[in-house]
This record gives sequence, C-alpha cells and structure tokens, in this order.
Amino acid sequence: MISAFINQIPVPKDIPLPLPMPEWVLIVVLVFSFLVHILFINLMIGSSILTFWYEIRGKKNNDFDRLAREIAATITVNKSLAVVFGVAPLLSINVLYTLYFYSANALTGNIWISIVPWVAVSFLLFYLHKYSWDRLSDNKPLHLSILGVGILSFLFIPFIFLTNINLMLFPEKWGEINGFFEAMTLPNVFPRYFHFITASMAITGFFLAWWFGRKQFKTEGVFNNLSKNWIRKQMLNLALIATGMQFIFGPLLFLTLPSQGITWTLFWVIMGGVTIAIIVMVQLWKLLNDEGHLLGKRFFIVAGMFVLLVAFMGTGRHLYRESTLQTHKEMMAERTAAHWEAVRLAHENLLLPPVDGDVAIAVPGQNLFQTNCAVCHAANTRLVGPAMAEVAQIYKDNLEGLKKWIKEPGRKRLDYPAMTGFPHLSDQQLTEVSKYLLQEQWND
Amino acid sequence: MDFPLFHLDFMGNRMLVAVIAITHVIINHALAVGFAPLVTLLEFRGYLKHKTNPEEGKAWDEMARKLLFIAFIVTTTAGALTGVGIWFAASLANPASLGSLIRVFYFAWFTEWIIFVLEVVFIMIYFLTWKKSGESSLNKKKHILFGLWLSIFSWLTMAIIVAILGFMMDPGSWVEKKSLFTGVLNPLYIPQLLFRTPVAMMMAGTVGLMISAYVLKKNNKWRNEILRYISFWILLWMPVAAAGAFLYYWHIPRAMIGNLPVALGTQQFQDWYGSLVIVAIVVVAIGFTIGILGTIAPRRLPKHLLIIPVIASFLFLGTFERLREFIRKPYVIGEYMYANGILVEEYPLYQQTGILMHTPYSAITEITEENKVAAGEAVFTIACSRCHTTHGISSVVRKFERMYASKEPLNAEAMKTYIKSMHNVRHYMPPFPGNDAELDALAEFVAHQQKRPRKLDGPQVKGVDVKEIVYEINKTDK
Repeated sequence: MISAFINQIPVPKDIPLPLPMPEWVLIVVLVFSFLVHILFINLMIGSSILTFWYEIRGKKNNDFDRLAREIAATITVNKSLAVVFGVAPLLSINVLYTLYFYSANALTGNIWISIVPWVAVSFLLFYLHKYSWDRLSDNKPLHLSILGVGILSFLFIPFIFLTNINLMLFPEKWGEINGFFEAMTLPNVFPRYFHFITASMAITGFFLAWWFGRKQFKTEGVFNNLSKNWIRKQMLNLALIATGMQFIFGPLLFLTLPSQGITWTLFWVIMGGVTIAIIVMVQLWKLLNDEGHLLGKRFFIVAGMFVLLVAFMGTGRHLYRESTLQTHKEMMAERTAAHWEAVRLAHENLLLPPVDGDVAIAVPGQNLFQTNCAVCHAANTRLVGPAMAEVAQIYKDNLEGLKKWIKEPGRKRLDYPAMTGFPHLSDQQLTEVSKYLLQEQWND
Repeated sequence: MDFPLFHLDFMGNRMLVAVIAITHVIINHALAVGFAPLVTLLEFRGYLKHKTNPEEGKAWDEMARKLLFIAFIVTTTAGALTGVGIWFAASLANPASLGSLIRVFYFAWFTEWIIFVLEVVFIMIYFLTWKKSGESSLNKKKHILFGLWLSIFSWLTMAIIVAILGFMMDPGSWVEKKSLFTGVLNPLYIPQLLFRTPVAMMMAGTVGLMISAYVLKKNNKWRNEILRYISFWILLWMPVAAAGAFLYYWHIPRAMIGNLPVALGTQQFQDWYGSLVIVAIVVVAIGFTIGILGTIAPRRLPKHLLIIPVIASFLFLGTFERLREFIRKPYVIGEYMYANGILVEEYPLYQQTGILMHTPYSAITEITEENKVAAGEAVFTIACSRCHTTHGISSVVRKFERMYASKEPLNAEAMKTYIKSMHNVRHYMPPFPGNDAELDALAEFVAHQQKRPRKLDGPQVKGVDVKEIVYEINKTDK
C-alpha cells in the first residue's frame, strides 16, 4: 500500500457505471457529430453577419437588401439544424467527460444556464427580423437594431461554450476561479474565439458561393443588377481572406495552449492541417481567377479539402484534450478504485469508529423508540409532537389504545401537525414500543 | 460530493429544473405532439373541401397554416431550447444522477436524437413549403404526407423520453441487471404513454381552438365550421384522456410498492393522490363543456374565456408531473441513488467515516469547535442543497420552524435526533449520509442560519474550496 498526496488538484471519483459503448466509438461519434454541429453554427453566425452587412448596403442599392433577405432565409434552417446537431456531441461529451464537463458547468453555472433563454430569445429576434422585413421597410434603423441585438447575442454565446470547454481541461484551476468571468480570462479562451469566428466567415463564404451558384437559384426577378457571378466571387473572396487570416489566429491559438497537453503527435496533426490549409488557399486563388468555372470541378475539390482540413483540426483538438487530461484521469481511476475498496470494507463494518462506553440497550422497545418516536417526541418538552410524559399519562392503562394510535394515528391537537402512521411495524414491535413508552420514567 | 455543487439559494435547484422542464413539456405536448396531427387533419379537411368548394378549402388551409406558423415559431425557439435546457439544468441540479442516467440511457437518447433530427427536418419542410404546396393538387397531397410524418416523429420522441422518465420512478428489474432494456421495460411505461398521448391531443385542441377563435374574423364564412371541428376534436379525445389518467392513477401506487421502503401510507402522498382525482374531474368537466358547446353552437364560444380550458389542460398535466416527481423520493434513481446524489451502496462508508473527508470540494476534513459552522455549511451543501435552500424555496430553517411550530431559537439537540432518524418517519427523505460529528455540525449550521441569516452562495459565485485527499492505493505487486 502506498499513500498518494494530491496538491490543490481536486480528484473526484468517477461514476461507477461502465461506458455504454467502447470508448473509441464514443470518441468517433463525439468528434464527428461535433464538427457537423459546428458547421451549422458557423453558417448561422457567418450568415447573420453577412445579412447585416448587406442590409446596410441595401439602403443605397436595393439589390443588396434583397441579397440580405436571401441570406437571412438560410439562417432559419441552419440555426435549427445547429441546435439539433448539437445534441449528439453534448450527449457524447456528457458520457465521456462527465466529471470534467459537469464540474466546469457548475463553476460557471449562472451564465451556463443563461444559454437556454438567451439562445431562445435570439432565435425569436431572428424570426422577428425575418417576418417584419416588409412591414419595417421604411424603418430600417429599427429593423437593423433587431438584427444587431440578435447578432451580438450570437457573438457572445460562443464565449460561454468555449470557456466551459477550456475550463474542463484544467482541474488545477477549478479551485482558483470565482465564476464565469474569471474562467473566461484563462489563457486560450480568446485565441480560440477568434479562430472560431474567422472560421465561421470562411465556411459561410464558401457555402454561400455554392448556394447562390446553384442552377436552381435564379437571379431574374430577384436582383436588378447583381449577377450570379459577382455574388459568387464576393463569397469566394470572403472565404479566401478569412482562411488567410487563420494563418494569424491559428498560430496564436497554438502558442497560447498550455503546454501540458502538447505532444509531437498533436504537432504533426496540426501541421497536416496547416499543409491542407495552404493547398486550400492556392486552390481558392486559382478558382477566383478562373471566371468561367466558379462552381466547376475545382470547387468541389476545394470543398473536399475543407472537409479534410476540418477533420485534421477536429482530431487535433481531441488529441489535445486527451493528453491534457491523461494524468488526471489516471489519478481519478486510482482514487475510484480505492474508494470502492473502502466501500467494501465499510459493508463489513470495518470502518466503524471506536465506540465509547455503555452501548447495550437492554429494554426492548427503546431502540425502536429512538429511531422512530424520538424523531418528533421528547421527554418533557414539546418538539414536533407532544411530550412523552404527557402521552404516558393519557394512555396510562390503555396499551391497546396506544398501539392502535401509533399504527394509524388521527389528529387530536389542531395546533400540532398530524402524526405519521407506522403501519409497517409488526404487532410485537408495537407492543414493545408502547410498553417502553408507558413504563419509562419520563419525569426524571 | 464529486462535483462542485451549483446552488441557487433563493429559487432552489429543483425550481430551476421545474420551470424549464414544465415549459418544455407544455410546448412539446400542446404544440408538437398533439398539434402536428391536428394541423395535418385541418389541412386535409381543407384539401377535401377544396374539391367541391375552393374558397372554403382555402379558408381551412389558411387557418391550418397560421396555426402551424405559431407552432413553428414557438417549437423551434423556446421548445427546442428548453428541451436541451432540461439537460443543462438537470446536470447543474444533480450531476451525479444525470451522469449515471446518461450511461444507462445513451442508446435511448441517441435514438431519440435521430428521431429528433428527423422531426426538425420534417417541420422545416412542412412549414417552409406550405405556400408552394398550394400550386397543385399533387403537391398538396405530398405536403399533407409530410404533416403525417411530422406527427409520427413528434409522437416517437415523446414515446422514447417517457421510457426514461418511467425508469426514474420505477427501475423495475434494472437494479439487478443494470441494462438498458430492463430499464426501458419498466412497469409504468405503457400507462404513462397511454396517458400522455390523449392529453397532448386534448391540449393541442384547446390551444388550437383559442388561437383560431382569435385569428378567424367574425365575418369569416367558415369560422363556425372550423371552430366546431376543433371543438369536436377536443370532445373526442376527452374521454380517452380521462381513461388514460385513470389507468396511470391506478398504476402509480402499485409501481410504488417496490419503490418505497415502506409501502404507501404517508399522509403527504395521500394528500397528493387525493387531489389528483379532484383536478382530473374539474378538468374533464371543463373539457367536456367547451367541447360540447363548441360542437353544438360554435358561434356562442366565448372568445376571451377560451384561455380557461388551455390553462386547465396544462394544470392537468402539471399535477401528474408533480406527482411523478413526488413518488420517486427519496431516490433520484429508484433504489440506486438517493435524491442527494449519493449511492445507496456508498452509505455505510460515509456514515462510518463521515462525508467531508471524501469530497475534494471542501477544505475541511476534521471538524473542530472553530470550524463547526463552516463544516455544517459543507455538510449542508453535500447532503441537503440539492433540494433545500437556507432561506428561499424549501428553506431548511423554515421547515424546522414550521415543524416545531415556533419561531423560537431552534434546538440543535432536537434537530440532531430528528435528522438522524427522519427517514423512518418522513419516507420521502433520504437518510442522513454523514457521521455524528457532521450531524452535530449540520444542526449547528441550521441553528446559526436561523439566528444570523446569511445567503449561501453556490460555486458559480464564490468559487469552490479544494483539498488534497489522502487515499490508499492497493498495489498487489507490493
């Protein structure tokens, strides 16, 4: 036997139930479903910002107002898919990292739970914005403000998630932070955030280039002057610029990662991602210079590259989490095992504290009295119920009456709460406890 | 114990879960499970009438679309978010319990999720293609089919989640076998489902009737027809709902026998159980009245009073939900985990050695005269704070004052005797999990709180204390 001392790192016990599936299956589900979820979140945030941008420009040129409206229409679907696709990764992270995730949630609880009303209200604002477009067409400041509040919410809510997902990785910080805002200022939250918002713009640009480039999308009757080609080009430009900016935010994120989780495997996975990102940049550039085929074969190659890029980054993210938590997971497993060993000993009554002096209770009924009656009755004073001295007087020669009362009491005193019945006590137990009650000298 | 314990000292954690969960259940039953078939049926009526009288068909179709518009807005915002929110809130209120449930029900929840995805896809298609579907008769037919699919999948999501709820009340043979399947097949499953389905239909009817009465103008030629139809829908489901309620009511005590250490008989439960019958009778009466009135004389339906059946039907469901919560006590997972998040199996250890030395989230291991109140606070947090606050809802100080019927300073000795054996006389309370020194500290803390009320902040505000835990590792090779 060895003793382990842990300094200022909380080591809880794990949940003593097996995982529902092999761990690697759960990890695959987590990483994959999370990426799908974040794709729609990216589209929801990026599109809402673009809607705002084009609606402002629409004040001068009506075509932009219509473009904004077309983009806004995609948010309705994307935001709902974002929520519904969030459930699978939430479920998976809950089951894989129960102790870490829930602890981080509790430490930032007020803000964490505010996600629920907050997202609901932002969604309502987006509906209000969408369905009041015509009615508020001559009151653009109001219409834009509704959207603006919605976007500000969308821009803040990711902070809550990022803060939690970051906090759960560092149990050694759990004892140090007081509330959400302190957790938010832990290193790495802000770099993660900018990395994420920039990715939103890149993904949205790329998605909208496809959306407006589809054959089914007709510009006639929608726009006066905007051409399909112009829109596609704008969107691809956005994708290119945003991807380029990741070469600033990406390294920033990597350099601010607390070093305890960085391994060579992680480094090479990230480098693999970076290599693909460079290819994506080159291909996007070529695509932009290839006026005639903005949605041709090359477009789909880039799309494939994007998927690969995201897969690399998603894997890297998971590797970092695992290696950061590895030591702590081992400590937790050790402690859990030690705990259940102690539970086993306790079941054999081996851990009882030494008992001092007279323990034997000779009078039958006294034990029953202690565990049942004494809860509410004292010898000479009123507790929940009346004093025993008083009761013993009332039932002095009436053992059967007392037994009957204990079994199924009624209510005699209106200034007292009604007594609980004891129908589960056997007749012998009732006799014992009643005899004890009547024979005991309560006035001593 | 093993988590920093989020705590709301005014509203209490339970109330937080309750508010979110009840909002969700009401939206889910009234505006999704029951609403989807109602809207689809109205649209179908419109489609049939369109053949003989296009104008009338259009009026029905338009009303159905407006109803769906409201359901769409509400379900995809507050409905969806409160659904996820139950999870958020429950994991804050009782992380140990939710963490365990997820391990058992991962597949059920995963299946639920897939169906949920389909439900969202269907409501998107159904709502967003409605206007286009009017272009041809074929499109309309396809569109109605989507309504049907939406109805089926809305119902399925409910059918799965009810299994989990039923399990929490009565795990049946799960405690021995610990498998998903035995958990799902618990004895309360079918009665609950048979109760919820017609109640959802009825709730949807009352909400649909109220909205239609406001939306349809008095001069709309088809107003009475439509209102009559929805009233008839309520009337049709009313007896089924009443029968379902009775079936559920009849099954509860039988399922409880295995659940409570002492069968039935607590007055608190009797009171609840009794009040159910009254609520059921009143609500069924209101439902019948409005259903019959609307079917016979829709013109006479009092528009502004139509909120009454809506509220009544919500109450109907709410009372049963409350009861469901009540009868699972003292457990949060029947016979496996107590409401305080501590496993039944771990009790002997904690009662013999105390709880504080086992939690990393309190600085205290040894209780001394100096740290007694602080230790009491830590014990309160672990053993009581999942359900009780200091001075807010379900306040521990008020509970004792009411029990002793006095505002006098609380007697720590009396409280100790009470807490030590309370589970014998208050069957909904779990046994006290700690040792005698901790019991002493807890009583001291409660008495202190009465004398000098001080809000107990949760870790989300004041952070959490962390201590090193000394534990022994068995090394067989040593």
